[in-house]
Amino acid sequence: MIQFKQVAKTFRKARVLDGISLDIGLGERVALIGSNGAGKTTLIRCLLGEYTFDGSVAINGLDPRSNRTAVLGKIGFVPQLPPPLKMPVGQLIDFSASLCGTDPKRIHDIARRLGLDVDAILTRQFVRLSGGMKQKLLIAIALGREAQVLVMDEPAANLDPEARKIFFDLLAERLQDTTMIISSHRLDEVSSLVNRVIEMDMGKVVLDDKVADDVTLTDVLNCRIVLKRFEPAFAKALDGWKISAADADQLIWTGEIAGPDRLRFLGILSRYTALVADLSLTEN
Amino acid sequence: MKQLWLTAKLDIVESLRARWFQIYTLVFGGIVALLFLFGLTESRVLGFIGLSRLLVTYIQLTMAILPIFVLITTVRSVAGDREAGVFEYLLSLPVGLGAWFWGKIVGRYIVVFAPVFLAMLGSVIWAMIANIEVPWDMFGYYTALLAVMAMCFLGIGMLISAIARTTDMAQGAAFMVWLVLLLFLDLILLGVMIQGKVAPEFAVTLALANPLQVFRTAALALFDPQLIVLGPSAYVILDLFGTAGYKVFALAYPAALGVISATAGYVIFRRGDLP
Repeated sequence: MIQFKQVAKTFRKARVLDGISLDIGLGERVALIGSNGAGKTTLIRCLLGEYTFDGSVAINGLDPRSNRTAVLGKIGFVPQLPPPLKMPVGQLIDFSASLCGTDPKRIHDIARRLGLDVDAILTRQFVRLSGGMKQKLLIAIALGREAQVLVMDEPAANLDPEARKIFFDLLAERLQDTTMIISSHRLDEVSSLVNRVIEMDMGKVVLDDKVADDVTLTDVLNCRIVLKRFEPAFAKALDGWKISAADADQLIWTGEIAGPDRLRFLGILSRYTALVADLSLTEN
Repeated sequence: MKQLWLTAKLDIVESLRARWFQIYTLVFGGIVALLFLFGLTESRVLGFIGLSRLLVTYIQLTMAILPIFVLITTVRSVAGDREAGVFEYLLSLPVGLGAWFWGKIVGRYIVVFAPVFLAMLGSVIWAMIANIEVPWDMFGYYTALLAVMAMCFLGIGMLISAIARTTDMAQGAAFMVWLVLLLFLDLILLGVMIQGKVAPEFAVTLALANPLQVFRTAALALFDPQLIVLGPSAYVILDLFGTAGYKVFALAYPAALGVISATAGYVIFRRGDLP
């Protein structure tokens, strides 16, 4: 579906992409990882037809630069940094929907599912929204159309656990007919979302690995934590997760977490290892 | 075409909310208000009375302000948008590069021309209410001159924006272009003429290649058809074009310069990296 053939890009004398060749098939969920400056964003911009480069990129056999409308009509893109657009939210939705040939209501619906009250912010300037609101809106615009390819740069970074859970559900609804490329500089942020990992370094692919698809995006885990003693900082750290104290002494905590979020959740718990007497995560 | 208008509309909305537009509108609206306030319509200078005096002053002031304002705001917002990631996101949507580039120009043209024209139109409406005679010929030609001036400098601004990769570079280049045009308006040309190293025809041709000089001369020609204030240069200009011919040239040349610059900008834009 997506083919990169010997893609090379040089800025002045710096070679940012050095002969990248990749084949990405329909339904693959690719984590594009690597440190800052590895070439991830440049590769994405080549895929979106925004950069000129040596070699070729094709999506369904079409060059994204010379067939912009046809190719980009099938790609949903979520940037890492939201653009500082001064236009009102309503106009951004209408503009995107009109270009992509979709109904703005679809975007509204997805934004609502992500917990964004679109009607309340329709006249507000996009640039004045909070980081999380911007992210939810950009995700809604990307998902609110018939995209065959989703290109997302750290898409869940600004989302709270509840919105992340819904985001995973939204992605799960499109697993069969959508290819996803998710860029991140940390594998643990995206590992649960993907079934292939491509690591880049100095403009080259240094690792291209298929990973076991054990965790489904819709998995939910029952969680039970027993503490040795109560600590307010622990309660604060769990704020936003669907986990609450089950006893009066606040020593037993129970709740649910989204399967793809398990690594992130354990990362948070790891800071309180000394407090934890018992921990269990069981699949529903 | 739909994509072009969508982009134009988007640019208009973005501009209307930008601070530069508010200052820009305030400047031109303020100029007209001040000219009325200082009683220019009551004055009589060199045979100019009523609104014609106001319009002549207005077009002279506009000629001084509009080029640098259009150049700087265009390159700042276009190059600034590119640097801030606006291009990266909006150009990931399925919009053709032609529709995007020309849509931006159309939107920006409307935003740049409207305040200048509306300020002048406001003065005409006020004159009609106050029973002051309106010189319609002058109003019509000055409107065309302003339209062409906006087109010319917008085209040059878009060309600079397409070439420069950063806001600082774009701003610096825009300022340099304006400075060179300004210097060639009189200082350098006078120096060249005085030194007598080139033929007067060459110096005049050089002057007429400068859109600022073209506008200045065209504005003068409206109340000084023989261009007496220009001295000997007037002979070359009038021999070459004639009075009516020069008026046409003053509209056609800067318009062509603007369109050619914008087209060159588009070619560079579509061949290079977009964000």
